[in-house]
Amino acid sequence: MAWSRFFIWPLAAISALFFALGVWFAFFNSPADYQMGDTVRIMYVHVPNAWLSQMVYGLMAVSAVGSLVWRHPMADVSMKAAAPQGAAFTAMALFTGALWGRPTWGTFWEWDGRMTSTLILFLIYLGLIALWRALEHQANGPRLIAIVTLVGAVNIPIIKFSVDWWNTLHQPASVFRADGPTMPGSILMPLFLMMFAFTFLFALLQTLRMRTEIERRRVRSLERRHVAEGATA
Amino acid sequence: MKWLNRQEYPLMTETSLNTPKRLTRKQKRLLVIAGLAVVVGLAAALILTALRDQIVFFYSPTELMARPELAGEAVRIGGLVEQGTFERNGETNQFSITDGNSTIAVTFIGLLPDLFREGQGVIAEGSLTDAGDFSASNVLAKHDETYIPREVEAALREQGVWQGGE
Repeated sequence: MAWSRFFIWPLAAISALFFALGVWFAFFNSPADYQMGDTVRIMYVHVPNAWLSQMVYGLMAVSAVGSLVWRHPMADVSMKAAAPQGAAFTAMALFTGALWGRPTWGTFWEWDGRMTSTLILFLIYLGLIALWRALEHQANGPRLIAIVTLVGAVNIPIIKFSVDWWNTLHQPASVFRADGPTMPGSILMPLFLMMFAFTFLFALLQTLRMRTEIERRRVRSLERRHVAEGATA
Repeated sequence: MKWLNRQEYPLMTETSLNTPKRLTRKQKRLLVIAGLAVVVGLAAALILTALRDQIVFFYSPTELMARPELAGEAVRIGGLVEQGTFERNGETNQFSITDGNSTIAVTFIGLLPDLFREGQGVIAEGSLTDAGDFSASNVLAKHDETYIPREVEAALREQGVWQGGE
């Protein structure tokens, strides 16, 4: 992963550029909604975080397969590095959703299908972080965590389709739907800018966290070798 | 005869039957994971199907009418506020919720959300009274999946082609 250092600054620059453009459009150069007024601008933060909360889990599930099938150490590193970020994006989605829900629906929180399944996703992330802390250094720890990660992936389609399967307070999908988006370009364009911005931010943070985790493992094995040499000398 | 060269053209029995196919370790693990995915997916599907009635956040008026056992129980009903039915009397609000098929009259004392209006999707929490109307303790506004800029709405209204509510 030494080559990954060439990605850090470009990723940071691209993310910053998209954030600058996206925030400018979202706040100053996009229309107010005919019903919600300026409250609609919360969407430009809410939707990217909600999208990443699921995308990060997708990456963790793919890494889990890589860990179980190919036993690739980098897959373990990727799983471990992604979990706290997924938890953060999910928390942001829940928080901004509550802020948006109060003026729009008249409530911060209701136990509808979309919100409940997203809260479960947040709890799964917390559980996986705890598992990494508890099991990482045990013999089959990463394998076990990979299995739990894969079992938890069943929640992702539930989140996505909750608004189609059941009556929910949350509205159905506006962007990723079979018959095309239900928003005009003036709202869709800032939304995509912000989604790119957050996605590149995640790519940057994931690269940094994976590099840190690799360094940590290197230090640990050096320490172990040092102790072993000390014992023989 | 080149066809007799067994090295180049082995007999069918020698290739497919005499050399049993062995899965590599990786293929085995992939199979196990595929099996796990099928089992977990099936379990989730069964659970969600069994719990369908509990996961539903609200009933439509038609669904509520079809379930007389829910009379007096705390439930939520959702639908559109019927045009021309909204009346406010001090803090008391009266309106009808319709799904196009059945309509339920709702009484609610309290503050309505900003998005509440005739033609808007709403959800009322409360219970069906003996008289057959709905006494609500809370009203939530639903937002649908369409986003429309204010200027576009104004322009559409001007041209008389506005399809939205009110």
